[in-house]
Amino acid sequence: MTRTRPPLSLTTAAVAGAAFLLLPLVSLADRTPWHSLPHLLTTTSAVTALRLSLECSLGALALSLVVGVPLAWLLARVDFRGKSVLRAAVTLPLVLPPVVGGVALLLAFGRHGVIPLSLAFTTWGAILAEAFVALPFLVLAVEGALLGIDERYDDVAATLGSGTTRTFFRVTLPMVLPALAAGSALAWARALGEFGATITFAGNLPGSTQTLPLDVYLTLQNDPDAAVALSTLLLALSLVVLVAMRSRWRLTR
Amino acid sequence: MSRRALGTAVAVAALLTACGGNSNNTGSKPRTITVFAAASLTNAFAAEAAAYTKQSGVHVRFSFAGSQDLVAQLNQGAPADAVATADTATLGKLTVHLSGATTLFARNRLVIVTAPGNPKHIRSAADLAKPSVVVVLAAPTVPAGKYAVKALQAAHVTVHPKSLEDNVRGVLTKVELGEADAGIVYVTDAQSAGAKVGTVALPTSPIATYPAAAVDAAGQGFVDFLTSPAGQAILARFGFLPPR
Repeated sequence: MTRTRPPLSLTTAAVAGAAFLLLPLVSLADRTPWHSLPHLLTTTSAVTALRLSLECSLGALALSLVVGVPLAWLLARVDFRGKSVLRAAVTLPLVLPPVVGGVALLLAFGRHGVIPLSLAFTTWGAILAEAFVALPFLVLAVEGALLGIDERYDDVAATLGSGTTRTFFRVTLPMVLPALAAGSALAWARALGEFGATITFAGNLPGSTQTLPLDVYLTLQNDPDAAVALSTLLLALSLVVLVAMRSRWRLTR
Repeated sequence: MSRRALGTAVAVAALLTACGGNSNNTGSKPRTITVFAAASLTNAFAAEAAAYTKQSGVHVRFSFAGSQDLVAQLNQGAPADAVATADTATLGKLTVHLSGATTLFARNRLVIVTAPGNPKHIRSAADLAKPSVVVVLAAPTVPAGKYAVKALQAAHVTVHPKSLEDNVRGVLTKVELGEADAGIVYVTDAQSAGAKVGTVALPTSPIATYPAAAVDAAGQGFVDFLTSPAGQAILARFGFLPPR
């Protein structure tokens, strides 16, 4: 420990920043009606919303994996015109207000959309809305990892007679597994917390499209205690993801 | 050097924070008031605000949402000078102190809205029960949703809505966009949408009453303006019924 002492001004600002992020979470825990928590979280509406949330977020993750991994591979390994445009487009949902995403989804996949799938007001609509905001997390994590590994592994596999598809699944994919896991966890957590795109595109109906965040929002209007209990549940789920992924996290750096 | 720069930045930030806040209340009379209003009042209140500003010089800014949402926000300490909801029961849940009496300033009725031209041939509330008709209502916590449930009960119709929107304008939007075949909104909402929706009468609709109250002295002027002849004329133009 021969390092110089960190400047006081920076430390103060950093502590203020940490407090700003932590205080709301601590307040939530503080206001949680712990003794009535089991009751509040086992009401029919809470259980329905939780089950729907798990179904939708896992569905969104599955969808993200199926199209996200190939998309990451395309961005990392194939040179083509307009690649930077595609990368920007893939990143866009990260910064786009989710409600805008919901409106865009309506215009694309609504009943009178460009591809009229009539997905509004269905659980598939909720899954689609969640996948829309979660996909970039997965793509960026996997693309970053793919860029970090030497392409010569692929070349060696090819000289040994492995086809491109087989090389991808047997050589390339196993090497980016930690990043895939980290990206999946982030994407899943983002899907679980999705609100704006879901309520705009999929609507709000218990058991069909009313996921936990929507339930929290509407419950807050007439039963703040129940809303706080649901919020604590979501916070706990997010913490579990972070703690579980912590060891993986290191590997990706 | 960098430490000094940072110190300066912190000082500037502190100064800015101190200067923020009550910049409006420099004179004896505030120049801008904040009014929390039910979503169904969106268009009418924009016109009310313009007229009120012309008359009094006070600017009005709004937060429009479902009435129950507004009351929840106020109870959590949201700052407003006045509040107007779409039913008296919701306003009754307000736990903050009101500076003036509650004033009824308008009434309203519900109507069925359909896509333009009514392609699903909806003629009455009973048609909303057909499985082929996608119906969207306001959530039962929203006044419009509560009134809609009463209207459907009175008509002896059981409807399975595809979505329960968190304010009545959400219902209108879903019908306008064609995502829903029909919805139940206020007559005034349907009027504001013009030719973008069709309407079918809902004779069993209860009468919605709109109360307003001032949260502080600054909001009283606007509440009084709503029941003045000028304020009532604007509400009538947007399809609202007089309070009694």
